[in-house]
Amino acid sequence: MTSGTKESPAVQRILSLHFDTPESERLATYTASGGYSACRRAFARPPEDVTEEVKKSGLRGRGGAGFPAGVKWGFIPKNTERPVYLCINADESEPGTFKDRYIMERDPHMLLEGILITCWAIRSHDAYIYIRGEFEDARRVLQAAIDEAYAAGHLGANPCGSGWRIDVTIHRGAGAYICGEETGLLESLEGKKGYPRIKPPFPAVVGLFQSPTIINNVETIACVPWILEHGGEAYARIGVGKSTGTKLWCISGHVARPGVYETPLGVPFRTLLEEYAGGMRHPDRPLKAVIPGGSSVPVLTASEALGVNMDYESLGQLGTMLGSAGVMVIEEGTCMVWALAVITRFYAEESCGQCTPCREGTSWVNDIMWRLERGGATPEDIALVHNLCDNMIGKTICVLADAMVMPAKSFMKKFKPEFDAHIAAGRCPLPQPVRD
Amino acid sequence: MPETSTKPELLPPAALARLEELARRYPTREALMLPALWMVQREHGWISTEAMQYVAKLLDVSPVRVYGVVSFYHMFHERAPGKYNIQVCQTLSCSLLGAEKLLQHLQDTLGIAHGEVCPNGRFMVQRVECLGACEHAPVCQINDDFVFDLTPAALDAKLAELP
Ligand SMILES: Cc1cc2nc3c(=O)[nH]c(=O)nc-3n(C[C@H](O)[C@H](O)[C@H](O)COP(=O)(O)O)c2cc1C
Ligand code: SF4
Ligand code: FES
Repeated sequence: MTSGTKESPAVQRILSLHFDTPESERLATYTASGGYSACRRAFARPPEDVTEEVKKSGLRGRGGAGFPAGVKWGFIPKNTERPVYLCINADESEPGTFKDRYIMERDPHMLLEGILITCWAIRSHDAYIYIRGEFEDARRVLQAAIDEAYAAGHLGANPCGSGWRIDVTIHRGAGAYICGEETGLLESLEGKKGYPRIKPPFPAVVGLFQSPTIINNVETIACVPWILEHGGEAYARIGVGKSTGTKLWCISGHVARPGVYETPLGVPFRTLLEEYAGGMRHPDRPLKAVIPGGSSVPVLTASEALGVNMDYESLGQLGTMLGSAGVMVIEEGTCMVWALAVITRFYAEESCGQCTPCREGTSWVNDIMWRLERGGATPEDIALVHNLCDNMIGKTICVLADAMVMPAKSFMKKFKPEFDAHIAAGRCPLPQPVRD
Repeated sequence: MPETSTKPELLPPAALARLEELARRYPTREALMLPALWMVQREHGWISTEAMQYVAKLLDVSPVRVYGVVSFYHMFHERAPGKYNIQVCQTLSCSLLGAEKLLQHLQDTLGIAHGEVCPNGRFMVQRVECLGACEHAPVCQINDDFVFDLTPAALDAKLAELP
């Protein structure tokens, strides 16, 4: 892989610049470093222009799918009679992901300013921030920031003298991974079970309360003030190819310094691991595998990971995805059958149960994985898992089913000898267990 | 207004006023479902059948709908939880760093399994999925508060200092 980043060192950090500033969550701190000036620039321009600027930036959604944000905003029907809504996805439930929490706790006004600009661009008066129920600390900080912004006139009837009313409301979830899926989120906000909807119609046309709706991840929207301040072209110069800008990486697992780190897209994984995360936690336990984008994406072997650059295209070429940028690092000595069983348990727990292939498939595959690990599996079980997986993928309302199938298939392919050894031994053959 | 037909003791007047304030932010009353249920749970610790009927009246929806919602979301309790609900994350990043051992330790010392409350009502143990704080694995939440970078000994110390 070539190292193709083209950033100048001065713009390596956009989102995390103020994470360690004292009282970074306060309005005064935010305005002292130039905050709430980008939204004034935006309000001075026609909404279409603002969308155009974001299109130029190449900014892609940071929630998992990587869809270009400006393009999505352009899908709102022109001259619609109905109100337009903005929903911020702060559900942050993809295993291994914890970056949005940092933005909300450490720079909430950056998110709020991004919301102002986005509301103007899509002609919305009402934004909802759907935050997972477990993030009470983040919710309190965010609510305090919203209260400060209202008091200062940045939110409400006349933000920045624009005359364009914008209200922002936090909506607290109550524990359900599926409410991070955008249509599950809409259902939940409407007061129902978080059952994903069949698409089309897409939310930009029929979304929240039957109205045109844009749903974007917290990190996506937090990038918007910088883009309006410095221009879309400046943003597009950071990163590599179609992976423009910087990215917050969530590094967890067997590393010396787990945490959130920001780099331009295209950074080599090796650099992230060695220079940012401090390398592996045990010098005598080398890297075994990496899940690069939250548990829903295919796993990489150590040699694949150590040669890859962290951008949408490079990861795609290896058959995996950047996803939510939840980078889970696994050391030598870890049982991969057990690791997969832990992963399948998540999907079996979190399937909403609407589609039979997903409801039955996730729990069946999960049962087999634990049988392989603990005993009771038969040689036919491996073929059965493949068969179950083939009957799930692409046959359901949302992609939660695929999100279990993809890691499952990749684990079973890339670590096949371990699965075979479990069958041969009748259970996990590893000395129990290295898991601490 | 629906308040007149509902039992005032389930939500105090201040909470009801907050709910009506919030109602102005949504075009339907049903959208107040999660906010209203959170208010009930904050007030009572859990959500009884009676409370579900109460919320149904408040939002002008059928009680079955409310029941469906309460049972769908992991964080709503249909029975009284312990005074301290210890929610141990069991997802991969936490499991890689000892979550299984932690859970086992907790179950051994408190003598209760997943979803159970100890006889004196003090503790409840729940296995939960990724809490979005994997950089501090293994992690648990005690009620709404995170406890980071846990070991069995650190958890024992934490539980001992709870009031
Ligand atoms: C099962 C499932 C769970 C998801 N969870 C989240 C989540 O927690 N946070 C998030 O931002 N996006 C999540 N997504 C992606 C959203 O559906 C949607 O693509 C995203 O919010 C769009 O915003 P973006 O374009 O800014 O990324 C999830 C998708 C699926 C299928
Ligand atoms: S695929 Fe699974 S999670 Fe998605 S709607 Fe169907 S049952 Fe629910
Ligand atoms: S895996 Fe435990 S907090 Fe994410």
